[in-house]
Amino acid sequence: MAAPATGTTYAGAAARTSQHERTSEAGLLRGAGARGAGLAVAALVTAAVALASLLVGREVLSPADVYAAYADFTGSDTDLIVTHLRVPRTLAGVGVGVALGVAGAVVQGVTRNPLGGPGILGVNVGASLAAVLAITFLGVTAVNGYVWFAFVGAAVATVVVYGVASLGSDGVTPVKLALAGAAMSALLGSVTSAVILRDRTSLDEYRFWSVGSLAGAESQMLAQALPFAAVGLVMAVALVRQLNALALGDELAQALGLRLWLVRLLGGVTVVLLAGTATAAAGPIGFLGLAVPHAARALAGPDYRWIVPWTAVLSPALLLTADIVGRVAVRPEELQVGIVMALVGAPVFIYLVRRQRRAGM
Amino acid sequence: MAASAGTAAAPRRVRARPPGAWIVRARAWDVSLRLDAPALTVGTAMAALAAAALVLSLTMGDFPVEPREVVRALTGGTADPMVNHIVVQMRLPRALTAAGVGAALAMSGMLLQRLAHNPLVSPDVIGINAGAAAAATAAIAVLGGTALQVAGFALGGAVATAVLLYLLAYQRGVSGNRLVLLGIGVSAVLGSVTSYMITRADIDTAQRATVWLTGSLANRDWAHVATIAAALAVLTPLALGLSRQLRLLQLGDDLAVALGGRVRLARGGLLLTAAGFSALATAVAGPVAFVALAAPQIVRRLLAERAVGILPAAGCGAVLVLLSDALARTGFGGGELPVGVVTGILGAPYLLYLLARSNRTRG
Repeated sequence: MAAPATGTTYAGAAARTSQHERTSEAGLLRGAGARGAGLAVAALVTAAVALASLLVGREVLSPADVYAAYADFTGSDTDLIVTHLRVPRTLAGVGVGVALGVAGAVVQGVTRNPLGGPGILGVNVGASLAAVLAITFLGVTAVNGYVWFAFVGAAVATVVVYGVASLGSDGVTPVKLALAGAAMSALLGSVTSAVILRDRTSLDEYRFWSVGSLAGAESQMLAQALPFAAVGLVMAVALVRQLNALALGDELAQALGLRLWLVRLLGGVTVVLLAGTATAAAGPIGFLGLAVPHAARALAGPDYRWIVPWTAVLSPALLLTADIVGRVAVRPEELQVGIVMALVGAPVFIYLVRRQRRAGM
Repeated sequence: MAASAGTAAAPRRVRARPPGAWIVRARAWDVSLRLDAPALTVGTAMAALAAAALVLSLTMGDFPVEPREVVRALTGGTADPMVNHIVVQMRLPRALTAAGVGAALAMSGMLLQRLAHNPLVSPDVIGINAGAAAAATAAIAVLGGTALQVAGFALGGAVATAVLLYLLAYQRGVSGNRLVLLGIGVSAVLGSVTSYMITRADIDTAQRATVWLTGSLANRDWAHVATIAAALAVLTPLALGLSRQLRLLQLGDDLAVALGGRVRLARGGLLLTAAGFSALATAVAGPVAFVALAAPQIVRRLLAERAVGILPAAGCGAVLVLLSDALARTGFGGGELPVGVVTGILGAPYLLYLLARSNRTRG
């Protein structure tokens, strides 16, 4: 992928803001050493959560069971639980978490709107509407049946949002992008409601799909989705410097040699690849993509070279923690991850927001 | 976070008295009202449009009535008692409720957008609606409550959430940004509680709850009209009185204080006013989405550069919900749809159209 602008002209440009901004915007962790060490610790925590996700559930397993399932597969119940349930589900949690979180960070950077999550570009509603239409008019029911419908719906909605925002004499502006996304969300959400209120079968499917769940993850589907998400992740990493420059405002970013339209376009493609895949795999999970980049910013400051890795590490930890809690909270039943995540994540988010002396935005 | 540069409006020169503006001051209450000729024109036009939408809505239904007959029925009665009954007793309460709900939601959204400098901030975002929705869903799913109980629960949930948010956000005053972020967190918790209840309920209950959550004006009567009218009567003057402070707040806190604004008081008052509007509208009609976000933006784009008055936004919201409900009642054959479905279908394309033909206006 050709970088929209080259060189280190605006490497860390966002970090070189005015004195006033620096005091109000620096994260809780000051200095590259603290941020790097913090990131390493966070990565260890995420790894521990992923391991716990392999072991904890209705059947509690030992690490030896997990090892044996692959080293010495006998087809026992334990082996099947590991290979068919726990491992795909954990991988899905890591993948969906990273994808949604990083997509949220990119949206916030491109729209310069701290209240934007991946949902704001129409990704969730596009996916939901496509899924509902597939259920209602094509009689698709199995979760994997509407994965690709959802992905295509997410992509189409985002393309339309970008298209509308780019019309008019001033081209794409962050505000127009955010508003076009909100309007598109309202429109598609309305159509979705109209369909499910007319058709009880759809409502019944939709109310469970719409809260988001990792329970339906299957290895085959994950393998199909992985390339899309991987490309999106690479693009997001490649865009961090451009996002830093964008944060300075359009005029300044242009003066630094940034081609705004190209950055916004690539950002949009990145979001569709990441959030579209995640939504297709697990349903429309809200909150994560909005809150985790915020938490990353609160911890590591406004530089996207830190925000993106922090988000990528924290998101799967949050999502998997929520999933584990959902598995054990109401045994033998399960709570969907989307429901638990808000209950687990929101209090932490609220604490972080209150910690910031000035709600730097 | 560098987004203060983003959706925040660039500070503009605010002249004390733009051309074509009169200032009415009431020293005793320290309130002044800017009357601005173009905004006044737009306000009048919006009021006329709302009146036209009201008449149009009253003509529509299974029993079509001529617009002339509607006006006659409203102004003293026609010769036909049947028409009088249909227009005044059956359709009018619902239409007035629609107009009131639309106006309240639009004003709520307007105040919040201006406070937070962010066009995406609406009562749907800051958690008040989520509180109303969680309480109402509990009333439906757990208690199987009557419509009145559901409305009461919704109001209680909205008020409780607003109080909780205020307590969470209060740190030597309340900043708009922090409040919005906390609102998003609180919304997420309450929203997941609502989703949980809906996944646990039987399908009939789930359907009833979904209709309420979409926003509906079915079977609204004079009691609802009275509720929303009282809300507007109390809160609109407050909103107007505080709107001068809004203009000051846009300049940033330090400057606002220097110019004699009482920032903390104004912000608290504006937040409570916005919360009150949305709480009462939600109690009456459910959380009708998108009106609070769209109406201020539509008016703003029609008025281009001028600071948008609160009343034109209210008129726009009233028109949007009135027309949406008229369509929801009649436009879709086979039974009616909740009004909240139609607001998005009707309002969103128009906002998208305005965005697509925008020229260099400030966000």
